[in-house]
Amino acid sequence: MDLAYGPEYEAFREEVRGFISTHGDKAPQRFGVARPSDELIAWQKLLIEHGLTARTIPKQYGGYGAEPDILKSRIIAEEFTKAGLPSGIANQGISMFVPTLLELGTEAQKQEWISRTLHGEVIWCQGYSEPGSGSDLASLQTKATEDGDDFIINGQKIWTSTAASADWIFCLVRTEPDKPKHAGISYLIFSMKTPGIEVRPLKTMTGHAEFNEVFFTDVRVPKSQIVAGRGQGWFVANATLKHERGMLGDPNQAGTRLKQIIDLMHEEMLDGERLIDNPLFRDRLTQLQSRVLAMQFHGLRLLTASLKGEDPGIARLIVKLQGCEINHQLAALAIDALGEIGVLYGDSPHLRAHGSWQHRYMFDLGLIIGGGTAQIQKNIIAERGLGMPREPKVAKA
Amino acid sequence: MEFGLSEDQRMLQDSLGKLLEKCAPLDHVREIADQSKAYSATVWQALGELGVAGILVPEEHGGMGQTLLDAALIAEALGHHVAPSPFVASCVMAPIALVEAGSPSQQAKYLPPLAAGEIIAGVALSEAASGVRDKAGVTASNGRLNGKALFVIDYGDADIFIIGDTGGGLHLVAGDAPGLTKIALTSIDATRSLGELQFENVEAETLTGGDAAKARRRMIDAARIMLAADTLGAGSRMIAKAVDYAGERKQFGRVIGSFQAVKHMCAEMASELEPCRSLIWYAAHSHDAMPEETSLMAAHAKSLTTDVGRFVARTATEVHGGMGFTDLLGLHFWFKRIGLNRQLLGSPERLRQEAAQMQGWVAA
Repeated sequence: MDLAYGPEYEAFREEVRGFISTHGDKAPQRFGVARPSDELIAWQKLLIEHGLTARTIPKQYGGYGAEPDILKSRIIAEEFTKAGLPSGIANQGISMFVPTLLELGTEAQKQEWISRTLHGEVIWCQGYSEPGSGSDLASLQTKATEDGDDFIINGQKIWTSTAASADWIFCLVRTEPDKPKHAGISYLIFSMKTPGIEVRPLKTMTGHAEFNEVFFTDVRVPKSQIVAGRGQGWFVANATLKHERGMLGDPNQAGTRLKQIIDLMHEEMLDGERLIDNPLFRDRLTQLQSRVLAMQFHGLRLLTASLKGEDPGIARLIVKLQGCEINHQLAALAIDALGEIGVLYGDSPHLRAHGSWQHRYMFDLGLIIGGGTAQIQKNIIAERGLGMPREPKVAKA
Repeated sequence: MEFGLSEDQRMLQDSLGKLLEKCAPLDHVREIADQSKAYSATVWQALGELGVAGILVPEEHGGMGQTLLDAALIAEALGHHVAPSPFVASCVMAPIALVEAGSPSQQAKYLPPLAAGEIIAGVALSEAASGVRDKAGVTASNGRLNGKALFVIDYGDADIFIIGDTGGGLHLVAGDAPGLTKIALTSIDATRSLGELQFENVEAETLTGGDAAKARRRMIDAARIMLAADTLGAGSRMIAKAVDYAGERKQFGRVIGSFQAVKHMCAEMASELEPCRSLIWYAAHSHDAMPEETSLMAAHAKSLTTDVGRFVARTATEVHGGMGFTDLLGLHFWFKRIGLNRQLLGSPERLRQEAAQMQGWVAA
């Protein structure tokens, strides 16, 4: 056990702090919208030049080209969170498509896409889930039939966030209908401006359309726009999903949320008393604090395992399930502590925190379901983590 | 930056596991329980050979001089094997009391035999840690103790007792001191010994070498971390047993572990318990490296782990179906061990109240 970072890393931390104090005022105030603003694009460029994002992506693909160093990445994340600054553009192109291309793309594909994606010039969306293929993603039915040098795509995708503003899509399609389900899938990329694509916003329980449905009718895509080979799509998708699950259930997000609730419970008054003075709410708060702390230290444990190149086994498999659940319970506590105020939404008078607690409470449910439902996570924990037997296959009728 | 166990610590885990597998099989645990023995002399002696008794005793007094994280790994292994042995009081709380608050001569007199496992020390601090019930409380005046102390840990066959009085002091009393009445308490957990001490003008040796209040705080924090680690070990064993059982037991023509209802119970247990390990490691490490954080972390570690422990204990029993409910399988030894850990030295609700006080969320 040694929780100190050591002099080399403390010096690096000072560098990051130096950047923040010199350039922090250039950071955009509003972020998280689907299409990055010019301000955010400029901020992203500045961050890449200083090695504060896209840090380990090779220079020839528009990254900073540093050696991978998990601790330095963590220090950057810590300092940006502390300063309340956006750590660059966060989208599926950067977090999922770029790592996939780096791992499995051709040289030409890397040259063509990585730099433009990193710099916010190309926005991607992910075409994975279908109405009939959620947890059982490999059963997907969107088909790509051969026609000369092209594939003709027909079918439908759902839960496609940012589809409305995306330039391109990375998409799983069935190219070999005669092969077993996992072996018949390919990973294609194509422009969202290709004729035959229709995007319909999908309004969720939050009242906002955070997702879309995407319909393909005879969409023509050159066969060359495939990543890895034909029938390799399932393998490629799994490489990508690995990157997604790492992001869901981040314990530092729960830490920020916990701090907000502690503040809220000190500021809000009920019957002339602070909410923190109510023993029941205080007990729930302390209970959640235990869980948040445990997951934060758990994160340190996983970090150490990756530094040593060890497989942390079950310790890694529980993160999405636990993290999303704790976030959801934190939002629930804030709502409950606010009582009737807690149900206010939209632009109502007396609204607190712009109605974000209700929004988070509902949106978190989406995160509990998305990226592998809680039930699928439990199957994974039981089967891969505990070595329990798989569900027997149902005999085909 | 390294948040994990050292090579030595992994070796300690490994050799403890092997040792306890051999000397504390379930049949032996059952034998000790059936005979209402305070502890297993075989297990205590075997642990002594590994240096467990002196794990926290400084090397100059014949101990191993290791950290509280090492002690937590031992507690985890003891819980894993429901080992009928003294530990929390004799190997953790008593050495801390003497190191922090004993005079040099008290240290020289008591630490070496404690480290060698030649004497066992019981500790009475329950009233300070979990409140006063049934009019308990020990008063000290002119080197004499009066009153009573409940829930004395490692009580049975203890050679000396370390007593916390109502005024914040610590005292050492011989197990056979005149005026001392010892009453064994029967708890659900037959693998560890609890008792009541009644004092009538009992001659005591006050610990005079340091800050007794600070020593008491550190003893309680350390013990809470040990109880959490014990539950971690017992809980992970219950999960392993549930997984094994679910992989063998067949109903409806399938092993029951292939049913999602059963599989999800196991996944939930594991995913709740695993983060507790990280929290316990941090809390234990803080006792040596960041002592200003320990009280809060110990309260969190024990409240969370023993809450999760209760969930694991009942769920693992349910996975075993009717067999889990029988005496035959012996699963109840783990269930009860987890049950005692939860109540001892502060239940989860009390610990969370303390945690809130420490953070200034409520007037102390």
